[in-house]
Amino acid sequence: MRRRHLAWDAGVLLLLAVWAVPYFWQVRTSFTPNAELLATTRLVPTRPTLVHYQAVAERSVMPRALGNSLGVATLTTLLALALGLPAAYAIARLPIPGKNLFLLVVIASTAFPQITTVSPLYLLMRALGLRDTWTSLVLANTSFALPLLVWLLAGFIREIPFELEEAAFLDGAGRLRVLRSVVLPLVAPGVASAALLTFLAAWNEFLFAYTFTASEASRTVPVALALFPGVFEIPWGDIAAASILASLPPVIIVIALQRWLVQGLVAGALKD
Amino acid sequence: MTARERADRLTGLAFVSPALLALAALTVYPGLWVLWLSLQQRIPIFGIARFVGVEHYAFLAGDARFWNAVRVTLVFTAVSVGLELALGLLVALALQRQRAGRRVALSLLLLAWALPSVVTAELFKWLYDPSAGLVNVLLGGHAFNWLGDPRLALPGLIAADVWRTMPFVALLCYARLLTIPPEVYEAARVDGAGRAATLAYVTLPLLRSILLIALLFRTLDALRAFDLMFVLTRGGPAGTTETLTVYAYSSLFQTLQLGFGAAVGCVIFLLVMLVAGAYLRAMRVAPA
Repeated sequence: MRRRHLAWDAGVLLLLAVWAVPYFWQVRTSFTPNAELLATTRLVPTRPTLVHYQAVAERSVMPRALGNSLGVATLTTLLALALGLPAAYAIARLPIPGKNLFLLVVIASTAFPQITTVSPLYLLMRALGLRDTWTSLVLANTSFALPLLVWLLAGFIREIPFELEEAAFLDGAGRLRVLRSVVLPLVAPGVASAALLTFLAAWNEFLFAYTFTASEASRTVPVALALFPGVFEIPWGDIAAASILASLPPVIIVIALQRWLVQGLVAGALKD
Repeated sequence: MTARERADRLTGLAFVSPALLALAALTVYPGLWVLWLSLQQRIPIFGIARFVGVEHYAFLAGDARFWNAVRVTLVFTAVSVGLELALGLLVALALQRQRAGRRVALSLLLLAWALPSVVTAELFKWLYDPSAGLVNVLLGGHAFNWLGDPRLALPGLIAADVWRTMPFVALLCYARLLTIPPEVYEAARVDGAGRAATLAYVTLPLLRSILLIALLFRTLDALRAFDLMFVLTRGGPAGTTETLTVYAYSSLFQTLQLGFGAAVGCVIFLLVMLVAGAYLRAMRVAPA
């Protein structure tokens, strides 16, 4: 029985490892010297090399793009949290007039195709003189990050037993005090999950970034990767190294922050 | 109304207003603006901006390129989502019996889902390379031109999409499976249900609602998908992978016809809303 379980577990792990091969293959390519790229028969390159990473670090816009992506994704997350956390609390707990209308706007916003809003947003950014700035990307990303965050956080806040808040009110605490010392600590894991998903979505975002940026002043990682230059032939090794760098935050999240990622992903779908 | 209720209403309004204003400016306003744009001929480089009514939509009705994009979008969506649901369900059932190494298993599973889709596109470009790509090597040294052959490009694109989104379906189903109490299976065993009967009469019915939700999420995302095909094939070869989103993008920002591109964008929005509406109706008829 025990042995059968071990065999099953190993089998499932092997299957999932095979599924991840396209990524592992890119990791291998990023360490393979150009001369060996055509010799696909070996699992590990005979002479592993860092030249591709060196090329990306020294002669590409990737370092700058990594900084831009980190900045834009962090600011998007912070802005969406600042706007979304109070709104989520109000939806979950407070009697606000027109609540259903607001909820409808939130849900409809999550279904908005980016390709539909990209043209008016482009005209808006141009009119505001925001083209090729972090600000334009943070604002545009907020259009999908905020509804997602409000939706997730309202769900997490509803899960907190109302009696805890009620008890604090009876002790004479005001609304803000209760928010800070009762609600916020209890919903912190939910906030972490929602923030993580928002950051990931902003890090991966391509269409807005591709449309609103024009130079390395604001080009994010996905845009830099899509525009990766090759003069005479495609520099597969350099592209592989750039891809690995571009996927570092997602990989870290999947491995080290998995619990929060799963909680956030599942919360949106399993409830209601 | 007590003083506290009145205070709560005010606090509520104050809490919601910033988010509401932001959404009004960033989604509602652009949503209305794009409708207005779609009724105009706007070609900024020539300084053209005039009202043309429903002319763009009338043109689309007879536009072969548009109908091709509709067909590609629907085939891509149906085949991708179908494969994702089937494979995701199988993986979730396999994971349900997993005892050791669940964390590692989830890491391996979610990796493909968490990557930026542009990275996924680059991974598959290299895998599909006709001369040195891993896919052709594994197929025994054929020189299939996966992304350049009109018969192979759409299947190649769909494979890449299934690769990156199957994990999402698997995770949702797996999470639902974990919430099934062991007593349910105990009862089925006591009643003499075999493995197949348990799957058919216990597990699958319990997964029904989460599968419907996964179906909705994945269908909406597949209809809106853009990054993968844009970076992988740009809609080529010969338009065989040109979805509505790619057609809209190339009208908007490559041939710079803002009004016409906006009209294609509005059609995509309509399609998404129709699917969401049909889904909501189906849920109401058969509440899960």
